[in-house]
Amino acid sequence: MRISENIAIQPGKRPGRRWRWSGLLEDRTVMGMAFVAPAVGLLLLFLAYPLILGIWLGFTDTVVGGTGEFIGLANYISLLNDALFWKVTYYTFLYTGAAVFFKLLLGFALAIVLNREFRAKGFVRAIVLLPWIIPTVLSAICFWWLYDTTFSGITWVLMKIGLIGHKIDYLGDPSNARIALIVANVWRGIPFFTIGLLAGLQTINPSLYEAASIDGAGGWHRFRHVTLPLISPLLAVVTTFSTIWTFADFQLIWVITKGGPANATHLYGTLSFQRAIPGGQFGEGAAISAFILPVLMISVWVCYKYMRREE
Amino acid sequence: MEEKKFLEGGGEGISRRDFIKTGLAGAAAVGLAGMPLDALAQKAKPEALEFKPEKGAVLRVLRWSVFVKSDQEFWDKNTKKWEEATGCKVITEYISWEDVRSKAAMTASVGAGHDIVLGWHDDPHLYPDKLVDVTDLATYLDKKYGGWEPVCLKYGIHPRTNRWICLPVGAPSMCMNYRISWMKEAGYEKFPDKIPEFIKLSKALKAKGRPTGHAMGKAVGDGNNTWHWWLWSFGGKVVESDGATLCLNKQETWDALEASKELYDTMIPGVASWLDPHNNKAFLAGEISLTGNGISIYYAAKEKFPDIAADMDHANMPVGPFGKPAELHLFNEAFIFRHCRVQQAAKHYLLYMFEEPQYGPWIEAMRGYVTPSLKDYKKLPVWTADPKHTPFRDTIGRMLWTGYAGPVGTPSAATMAEYVIVDMFNDVCVGGKSPKAAAAAAQDRAARYYKPRAPKAPAKAKEEPKPKEKK
Repeated sequence: MRISENIAIQPGKRPGRRWRWSGLLEDRTVMGMAFVAPAVGLLLLFLAYPLILGIWLGFTDTVVGGTGEFIGLANYISLLNDALFWKVTYYTFLYTGAAVFFKLLLGFALAIVLNREFRAKGFVRAIVLLPWIIPTVLSAICFWWLYDTTFSGITWVLMKIGLIGHKIDYLGDPSNARIALIVANVWRGIPFFTIGLLAGLQTINPSLYEAASIDGAGGWHRFRHVTLPLISPLLAVVTTFSTIWTFADFQLIWVITKGGPANATHLYGTLSFQRAIPGGQFGEGAAISAFILPVLMISVWVCYKYMRREE
Repeated sequence: MEEKKFLEGGGEGISRRDFIKTGLAGAAAVGLAGMPLDALAQKAKPEALEFKPEKGAVLRVLRWSVFVKSDQEFWDKNTKKWEEATGCKVITEYISWEDVRSKAAMTASVGAGHDIVLGWHDDPHLYPDKLVDVTDLATYLDKKYGGWEPVCLKYGIHPRTNRWICLPVGAPSMCMNYRISWMKEAGYEKFPDKIPEFIKLSKALKAKGRPTGHAMGKAVGDGNNTWHWWLWSFGGKVVESDGATLCLNKQETWDALEASKELYDTMIPGVASWLDPHNNKAFLAGEISLTGNGISIYYAAKEKFPDIAADMDHANMPVGPFGKPAELHLFNEAFIFRHCRVQQAAKHYLLYMFEEPQYGPWIEAMRGYVTPSLKDYKKLPVWTADPKHTPFRDTIGRMLWTGYAGPVGTPSAATMAEYVIVDMFNDVCVGGKSPKAAAAAAQDRAARYYKPRAPKAPAKAKEEPKPKEKK
């Protein structure tokens, strides 16, 4: 009787607990959330929190060493009335637009060339990656030397072969400086487009090109009607990523010009840093950073849209 | 008298006698039965100042990485001696001098981290409430070593409390570096000490195919120092002594800008983008005949280009229509954060490092790179052993402070970090703006920091978002 009572009671308790835990362990939703939770926690802590704190700071007059008070949109209004801010806005968009355009054009062209069969293909592809692999600060220092008016290797070569008779002021003239920095960014960013698009080109079925050729399509038509439509989702994603990185660029500018001459080459990132850290104006620096957000949001939305389409 | 006049610019200035009085009170309060510093110093001292380093104290020190190798050797050697004498420990972190400000700012904001920082210019005045009062130390050193150089009072004393919040360490300063033979070629036997003659010399050098070169880009040291000196030498300044009345857009500034065009015409192409290292390289390559810089060019030349070292010399920055020296140099000061749990040890350590047996050899080891803040240290042999060092000895006595003639603080730091003055000269010389337009634009930029936007906000806040927030 005791035994049977025990049996009667214990199965009642234990299976209940077992059912609960095992049920949870077998529940795909619960387990999914549990597995994702650490990653979400990290994202919240290291991405969401700084982002929200940065946005909040933009609405305060916080200076270094002080707590700051809420001042509403005063930082933003002040920035909109700041001639330098508009100068920086102009160059940030010019820099991003021009650099991404040329990176796309040259990167795509290089990807098409590298997609062909030739000797030492693997080696050449590895070499193409170099500008991307080198730390940005190192490549920035190289460009800093190349653009030095007095010691530029480019100027030296041009003078030796008799193409020019005087030194070029790469970074002292505002227009030259702007172009020089775009060129440096393009040089560094081409491999990302090349390698990304090359991977996409290799997934295109050769029979499509053969069919197009049989139908009488020439090189241009094959590119226009076969390559481009098939590669365009990847093209959009690669371009979006590059836009995000270029728009938020910092290192290249800071090492080469620090935003000079006469603030001609400041980007949002460098101006924000200059005002927030050496200048001690945390609130205003954060407000400048916030102007990067809309462009980044649009870029992320475009990227997301194309990734969904690919799926 | 001279010091008093010097302080008149600050509005809230006090005389040195005043701070000595307050300092003595502080010293008496802190004087505890502990290890007398005089036992460590060789010189006899008026009043003993004693601290009792906490047992097993560990100090975290942040300072700039070395300009010359021997700097770190002697600093570390002195630190080790202090560790042995006290049984405490010091962890010294060396970082690039331009990065000290941001790291110290983080320490101040977070309220944790380094105990002692060797920072720059306005740093202590950005977070004065977070720093330990060092009036006792400053007073002691002032009495023992012949007094602080006048500018040290401006950087060291907080104008609101009239208390010392840092100890001025010294100034890695700037002089004119020039080629002797080329100057003679241009018809000058002696380097001019007045700006009009200096411009004439620059023109004569250029005419002989020996252009000059002064950093006009975002050069934290050389750019800011050169163009503040030029502006002040013409009587121009950003702000009046009240720290609120902006006065950049005035005749004196226009004159300075007009004259800068003449100087710019004598320069090598590319100076508009020059950062701190550019003029060193150009001078050593023989591309320029004249530039404003620290003693680093001379030492690089001595090591690698002895011919240039023999043919170069230094001179103090010429005086302009202002009538007296008005220079800017990098300025270094040491401060202790209140979050430091071993403040007795921190004070003891700093004082130890400032005493002659430590400070003297350290300054000597830097071979003229840092001009000392205490007058007695001008007598060190380093300043006369090589006559080419001598002009650097006097630089700190010829300098004004960041934000002159207003107080040192957040607006002056922000204005300098924004390169308002350097950009103003750049706008005229490179950008083709008229002096009046450039001065007006620069004044508007400075106004952003001297007239904070916070007071505007409440007016707008009245009509605005609160109701929306409730919704």
